[in-house]
Amino acid sequence: MIGTSRWQTVLVNGALVLFAFFALFPLLWMLSVSFMHPGEASTLPPPLLPHDPTFANYRELFERAGMGRYLLNSFLVACAITLLSLVFNLAAGYAFAKLRFAGRDRVFQTLLAALVIPAQVAMIPLFLIMKWLHLVNTYGGVIVPAMATVFGIFLVRQYARSIPDELLEAARIDGAGEWRIFGMIVLPLLKPIVVTLAIFTFLASWNDFMWPLIVLSDEAWQTAPVALAALSREHVQDNELMMAGSVVTILPVLALFLALQRYYLEGLLLGSVKG
Amino acid sequence: MNERRAAWTFVAPALVVIGGLFLVPVAAAFVLSLTDFDLYALANLDNLRFVWLGNYIDILKTPLFWKSLGNTLYFVAVGVPLSIAVSLAAALLLDSKLARFKGAFRTALFAPVVTTVVAVAVIWRYLLHTRYGLINFTLVKLGIAPIDWLGDPHWSMPAIILFAVWKNFGYNMIILLAALQGIPPDLYEAAHIDGASLWQRLRHITLPMLRPALLLVAIITVSGYFQLFAEPYVMTQGNPLQSTVSVLYFMYDEGFTWWSLGRASAIAFLLFLLILAATTLLLRWGRREDAA
Repeated sequence: MIGTSRWQTVLVNGALVLFAFFALFPLLWMLSVSFMHPGEASTLPPPLLPHDPTFANYRELFERAGMGRYLLNSFLVACAITLLSLVFNLAAGYAFAKLRFAGRDRVFQTLLAALVIPAQVAMIPLFLIMKWLHLVNTYGGVIVPAMATVFGIFLVRQYARSIPDELLEAARIDGAGEWRIFGMIVLPLLKPIVVTLAIFTFLASWNDFMWPLIVLSDEAWQTAPVALAALSREHVQDNELMMAGSVVTILPVLALFLALQRYYLEGLLLGSVKG
Repeated sequence: MNERRAAWTFVAPALVVIGGLFLVPVAAAFVLSLTDFDLYALANLDNLRFVWLGNYIDILKTPLFWKSLGNTLYFVAVGVPLSIAVSLAAALLLDSKLARFKGAFRTALFAPVVTTVVAVAVIWRYLLHTRYGLINFTLVKLGIAPIDWLGDPHWSMPAIILFAVWKNFGYNMIILLAALQGIPPDLYEAAHIDGASLWQRLRHITLPMLRPALLLVAIITVSGYFQLFAEPYVMTQGNPLQSTVSVLYFMYDEGFTWWSLGRASAIAFLLFLLILAATTLLLRWGRREDAA
């Protein structure tokens, strides 16, 4: 009996090791190839580790391909979206949860219903609106449409509903204004969801591809994924260079996730209860 | 009274953004889909004409639309069950009492989800390289003939499915793992006392208890997979022989390569209807099974 259970332990953990290997291998290999000399990876048998590690690909990437600029674009855009959408979504989510106003539930239901519409349906008119606002090929073209999201409002509302009404009433009796109550009492209570929403938004905006591809055709404003896609079409043969490009694009989000993964996974679960 | 007026100042900014830059564009997309909006209309709105259902009829007569629809349905029909199966297997392993280092394994298996699609697609394009790719190298070592993954129209979609499963399974794994942890342990204990085998416990306790979570995961995955775009854009550019052109890829090309914005809007609406139909069917089917 003890024998079979030991076998099962080996089986379960062996399967997990195999799973982890498949999940991580492409990422580790990317890192390894990024340090190889140009052409080194295109030999047989495919080398697993660089023969003579070099930073040449990274140098080329930043000095010739302008990757620094694209990463900066991504960083600025993702930060702006994160900050602005936090303000918009926190205020709206809290109001939908705790403040009484006419039509509150109807408006919220409408927003939830809009979740079934894929974002791409809006993209073509949105492009025309952005053109009209002179926001095509500017940071604003990516930032402005992302300043508020139904998902974010929903997440905040779910969380804010647990705030006791008595707390808010007491503050009102003391004569505090609604925005003061929001800033002094509500925001500190919402701190965990702020972290969750912030990391979620940052990762989503960093990784976003289709909309930035459409609205940022001018190279100077492109985000890292858009630039990387263009580079990969030009440099089909330069595998080592492309791997370095992938490393610098993935590293910031992967590091952020590893640092704050508890909040991220919590948000994932909270957000998917909506179905 | 004060609270009411203040409440609107809380929700108004978000509603202006979502209304003005999402709901209005969705309605505008419908109107646009009834017009011949193109490069000439972009320059001067006087060139705009209503063609009513003309775009829709035209698209339904375009062979590439049917091709892209077939490719997308292939991706959804094979990719979704495969993704969910892998997610479920991973979740069951992580939930097992025998598993060690659960936190580390969970992080490792989830890592591909947070990576940037474009960047990992570049890696996979290389892993799948016919001559120098590690996947073919391994196949040859195992005595299997190398496969021209991204060059053979029969293998290009399976290659993209493989990549999508790798990239996405961690997401559903987390949802299913949470659902598994919510199953009362006494159910298993009772089954254990009755002498139920591992397989019997899985079939008669785990899967029935997971039903709501599986339905949720299926709906999320189906609607996500219908929106296939970045993977073929980076890995195959829709080729070979247009075997990886998805509906969204077709829309992007019509809209932003050829600037037929009216036609592209009609394609977007067709895709929306398709997703709505698929998820509604899933939901209905899930509810009926519940009632039975």
